[in-house]
Amino acid sequence: MTIRERRHLRNGLLFCAPWLIGLGVFTAYPVLASLFYSFCDYSVLQSPVWCGTENYRQMLSDTVFWLSLKNTLVFALLSLPAGTIVALALAVLLNTEVRGMPMFRTIFYLPSIVPMVASAMLWMWIFNGQFGLLNCALHPVLGVFGLQPPGWLGDPTWAKPALALMSIWGVGNSMVIYLAGLQNVPKELYEASEIDGASTWRRFWHVTLPMISPVLYFNLIMGIIGTLQVFATVFVMTGGAEGNPARSTLFYALYLFSVAFYDLRMGYGCAMAWMLFVIIIVLTVTATKLTEKRVHYAT
Amino acid sequence: MQPRTPLGRLFVYAVLLGLSFVFLAPLLWMVSTSLKPIEQTMTLPPTWLPRAYYATLHGHRVEVTRDQQLPDGRWQVTERSPTKMRTHKLATAIVPANQIESRIKPRCENYRIALATMGGRSIEEADGTVPPRQTGASPDSAVSFGTFLANTVLVCLLGVIGAVLSNAVVAYGFAKVPWRGRELLFAVTLATMMVPFPVLMVPLYGVFKSLGWIGTLKPLWVPAFFGNAFNIFLMRQFFRTIPEELSEAARIDGCSEWQILGRVILPLSKPVLAVVALFHFLFAWNDFLGPLLFLTRKHTFTLALALQNYQSQAGGIQWHHLMAASVVVILPIVILFFLAQKTFIRGIATTGLKG
Repeated sequence: MTIRERRHLRNGLLFCAPWLIGLGVFTAYPVLASLFYSFCDYSVLQSPVWCGTENYRQMLSDTVFWLSLKNTLVFALLSLPAGTIVALALAVLLNTEVRGMPMFRTIFYLPSIVPMVASAMLWMWIFNGQFGLLNCALHPVLGVFGLQPPGWLGDPTWAKPALALMSIWGVGNSMVIYLAGLQNVPKELYEASEIDGASTWRRFWHVTLPMISPVLYFNLIMGIIGTLQVFATVFVMTGGAEGNPARSTLFYALYLFSVAFYDLRMGYGCAMAWMLFVIIIVLTVTATKLTEKRVHYAT
Repeated sequence: MQPRTPLGRLFVYAVLLGLSFVFLAPLLWMVSTSLKPIEQTMTLPPTWLPRAYYATLHGHRVEVTRDQQLPDGRWQVTERSPTKMRTHKLATAIVPANQIESRIKPRCENYRIALATMGGRSIEEADGTVPPRQTGASPDSAVSFGTFLANTVLVCLLGVIGAVLSNAVVAYGFAKVPWRGRELLFAVTLATMMVPFPVLMVPLYGVFKSLGWIGTLKPLWVPAFFGNAFNIFLMRQFFRTIPEELSEAARIDGCSEWQILGRVILPLSKPVLAVVALFHFLFAWNDFLGPLLFLTRKHTFTLALALQNYQSQAGGIQWHHLMAASVVVILPIVILFFLAQKTFIRGIATTGLKG
């Protein structure tokens, strides 16, 4: 090693030192420790005792575990497609050259910066069965058909759709990403397709969508990762980690939290966390494989 | 794209305006509720404006509550008591609708009461109708809103300082110093972004416990001083776009690596520093799981946790107070957003960051 190389190495390590410590203490050690704990019987009160794959085997026969996984996947299937469609539709609307676009963009984006606990509080009030804004608006409409609006968060059937509806309100982030993607689509492509006589719909389908497919893919992956870990809003809105009403909102992260920190079964909690990691990787790889041929990267 | 016909343009505007109302309505509803007296939060159909009603009862002109409308259109009204503590029996009467005077009157005292009761005081204590309990004996019985705010501001500011400093230094090491092992460490750094937080949660709790940090604010801001994979990535990408010739020139002039970072790189990197600072601030202000895991006593709570705690203790009917407290938690973020809107939009659009 030359003197110059040695100096670079010293400087490089020196500059990266905070991260080397941070990586070690706050990431690498916890990752390895939680993998180890996942094979242990462990509560914080006593030191971990090795129990092999017991935690993972228990998971397979734990009906509540399966329920929490099912709840999470159902919620993801409700909120992800709806959120994608709304975010994309808003972005397309904002991408039309109309005056006041920055104002509309601000309005649609604003809800997504509202602190999660505060927006949870707000939506609990909106979903209030009796005096909530939503049911007050729905009541006269549904009344025409002789129907009653649901009790939303108080009703096991409607609690998940309610949470999905609320998540649509906060699509501002993905909307801005889509908008950036739309603005990067070369205008010549639209002009060319227009000369070829393509309708607006065909242009959207054959020009816009392929051109923004990398952004769609990115948002899909981030959406999967985020939705599977939903915690704060549900914890606040359903009053703790029980997943009220009737465990209908007992999501994976909630069950994991209550197992680890209320029941102090931290080994089982770690095993669930690693299972979540595996599920995320499997879903991400599957989504990548499924969309591979359709995601078009411009060169 | 441009709508081709005036009709198409009109259609786009109509849709945009309609959707704007749908997106804004919840926030307007929140502000509206926060300014209403409790009985007006529970009226059907709901009203948007907070009002005060006045009528003459037994020869006195007093503020009243409209309790019930009779089939003939008259209202049963009750004198409105200024506090919950009733000094005398409240007068009721049945009054024709046209003799009730209605004025728009926002109840700003909701905010005072919400902030005073957020830390566990009762409404009577907040009103001053009963003397406050002695708080010396148990520090957790009643905490002031100021404590929650101070905790949150501390976590946010220290976190922002830590995030900007540490990530800039580390990113410099990755972007500008060519050392052996750099690419490998960078690959490891990117890989850690994949790890979901629940995997780290239990051992992190153990780490902070052995450091004696559980129940203090330290777990919420100290880690920011040790870098974050995503921010390192973001800053490294930005630093790499700064021409190497600038660093070389500074080196020839006798600058050390630290001086190059401080005098050449950082002044050119304000946009990315702003994005990192802003998003860390947002994260720290909004974080709920971290405080829930690591804070144990009320006087250390941040606003997010205190708000949830307030809701779970106040129960389900004090919506005007809950909405007032929520508005207070949201307001600083909204102000920040309007001050730094460009940074927000650029930050998300270029990084795909989830705020």
